[in-house]
Amino acid sequence: MVTKKCVAMLLAGGQGSRLGVLTKNTAKPAVPFGGKYRIIDFPLSNCTNSGIDTIGVLTQYKPLKLNSYIGIGQPWDLDRLNGGVTILPPYMKQTAGEWYSGTANAICQNIEFIEAYHPEYVLILSGDQIYKMDYSAMLEFHEEKNADVTIAILEVPWEDAGRFGIMNTDEDNRIYEFVEKPKNPISNKASMGIYIFNWKKLRQYLMEDQSTPGSSNDFGKDIIPKMLKDNESMYAFPFKGYWRDVGTIQSLWEANMDLLEEAPELDLYDPGWRIYSRNPVEPPHFIALGANVRRCIITEGGIIYGDVYHSILFSGVTVGRGSKIHNSILMPNVKVGENTIIENAIVAENTVIGDNCYIGYRAHTDEDDMMDAKGNEITVIGENLVLPSGYKLGKGIMIDSDNFLAYQAVV
Amino acid sequence: MRDTMGIIFTGESNISLQELTLRRSVAALPFGGRYRVIDFTLSNMINSGITNVGLITQNNYHSLMDHLDSGKQWDLDRKSGGLFILPPYVSHDNTGWYRGEIDALHNNMSYIRRSPQKTVVISGSSMVCNLTFEDAMEFHRDNMADITVIYKEDKKATNEELSRHTLIRTDESNRVWDIEVKPAVPMSDKVSMEMYIIDKRLFEYLIEECAARGQYDFNKDILIKNLNKIRILGYPYDGYLAKIDSVQSYFTHNLELFSSENFQELFHHAGPVYTKVKDEVPAKYGDHAVAANSLVADGCVIEGHVENCVLFRGVKIGEGAVVKNSIIMQDSEIQEKAVLENVILDKEVIIRKGRHLIGQECYPVVIRKKAVI
Repeated sequence: MVTKKCVAMLLAGGQGSRLGVLTKNTAKPAVPFGGKYRIIDFPLSNCTNSGIDTIGVLTQYKPLKLNSYIGIGQPWDLDRLNGGVTILPPYMKQTAGEWYSGTANAICQNIEFIEAYHPEYVLILSGDQIYKMDYSAMLEFHEEKNADVTIAILEVPWEDAGRFGIMNTDEDNRIYEFVEKPKNPISNKASMGIYIFNWKKLRQYLMEDQSTPGSSNDFGKDIIPKMLKDNESMYAFPFKGYWRDVGTIQSLWEANMDLLEEAPELDLYDPGWRIYSRNPVEPPHFIALGANVRRCIITEGGIIYGDVYHSILFSGVTVGRGSKIHNSILMPNVKVGENTIIENAIVAENTVIGDNCYIGYRAHTDEDDMMDAKGNEITVIGENLVLPSGYKLGKGIMIDSDNFLAYQAVV
Repeated sequence: MRDTMGIIFTGESNISLQELTLRRSVAALPFGGRYRVIDFTLSNMINSGITNVGLITQNNYHSLMDHLDSGKQWDLDRKSGGLFILPPYVSHDNTGWYRGEIDALHNNMSYIRRSPQKTVVISGSSMVCNLTFEDAMEFHRDNMADITVIYKEDKKATNEELSRHTLIRTDESNRVWDIEVKPAVPMSDKVSMEMYIIDKRLFEYLIEECAARGQYDFNKDILIKNLNKIRILGYPYDGYLAKIDSVQSYFTHNLELFSSENFQELFHHAGPVYTKVKDEVPAKYGDHAVAANSLVADGCVIEGHVENCVLFRGVKIGEGAVVKNSIIMQDSEIQEKAVLENVILDKEVIIRKGRHLIGQECYPVVIRKKAVI
């Protein structure tokens, strides 16, 4: 009998519609981040580094890229004889099949997977967050408190508290109240959407929830409130450190740009807590004579002839002579021609931009203004596009293969 | 090419590489920013579709084994075939030391016999290039060769350079009629790339024959002695080739990669070059970084000035430091305001603040592993 103390369930099925064209053909957890990673590298690496080697990844929306990225889990050292990573899509049952109707429903439909490992605890994770966290410390806390559920919380700035699910706790961190997006928060302890449950308890609540008519089968909306109501033992595990939900274009852009700080809060260089990823087979990047690269992140396979400032370039990106890339994110294999300007933009995978283009074009250009731009009105270009030479695109516009010709600015 | 097995020799003599090969074989020598020399030979075999590779090791093979591991990164962790590392061993008729290539092969006859493939591609590991063996194989079959030697006609090479290699002379039908091993006065500029194609049954026979007579040198005893008995042909290769045979050539060949032609030929021509994955963070450039004409691997943090440099993974260049025409291996650190020119830093070297190290283009300074200056 294979026994695992704790099994992790990673919710990776959301569409992430707020990321627009970036998730048109791919699930949110497979969105590239930070020069060589994809969002899902963070929870997967955290699991490996925390000693959790059994992970179910629940997929539903556009899973192809995500599935092939995860593979058998070798990059995260999750290709194991017992456990490892397992992809769990929705499936047909004897009489009918159904999609995952909510986060709790997704777990409920995979009770068999969890039971195969006879775990004491189940860790619930989401696939749209950037952070480094030792889940084993949280598990220890959970055991120490003898809790039924432990919810990881982050103290957010008071002015932001209204945007989160807020936990009100006593001095022992026991949760006595949970308020979703409170108008007048009395605490700034925001739920990070990371839970450890006693499996027996969770199983019982999942079954109950399934048979409750009108339930949305969601952890935050149904399971947690019900457990609170029943006065179960619920604790808040305070997390300190960098944590970002990257569910929107703005937050994704900002979290990327955070890495460009002098000493980023998210330390990716820590040899004791590496973030693993599937590495492309590419040579070192090449900076040509006459190129100008400052305050930027560039990875292998890049070939740079132009100017790159305050930007993140993924693998295999080329920037032609005379081109200027400012405050932008160029995802894998983006090719930029010569004398093209790209400002405050996110360009998705494999897109080719011709010569003399201007992406993020604005009516009045001002050098200082450009340098100080805080990323408002980010221009987003979808994947696999070929933008012809001379193409101009105004700031804040989002284009994909269906509409890129319609948005071409006439200058 | 599934019908072909690969054998790689990694025990080349390496006196002229001095400190660079003090504790590693030439095969394990870092090259091109994130590779070791062996990666190119192995990738050539994989990109040719060869999935059974025997790797003969001799001295200082620890760092090589560490690098190769199970062969997973080269897709050589196979159920059938895969990567076989063949170090010397002691038994009642083995000395625990390979006396030459043929001795090494003879000691591993059971592996060679057991392999189901019909043809063998043999390669040394000090020639860095990106090719597949498919064309040479076709040539080998079409011309009914017994042994095909892949060579490069190197018109630019000096006599001194040529005399470090095995040279061949061919007639108009590509038949090899003369072979000289490290001649003092080179008679030919056709450099053997130490890559051979041979039918496996003939290969087995020749090894047994030589071993029985106490002959252990592949070039001298198999090739030269049989020039008139078997059909040895030369196959010309005309792509990019870096011969790693001295500190000077190691230095120039690394710095040659800045030409986009060489870069394309070596890294993309016949297929990708595989290597061990290190899970490094992407390279980061600071506010005052200046970089020109340089190859930079992941994990580097550049605050200073680099020009004409190859930076391996995890190199740190401090603010105000100026590094020109240099090769900086993995995890070395150059602190603020240090000045380096024409230098090869081995792994994990630290150059302290403000130090100056200037070599000459024709004589680069080599700093050994883990030195602190």
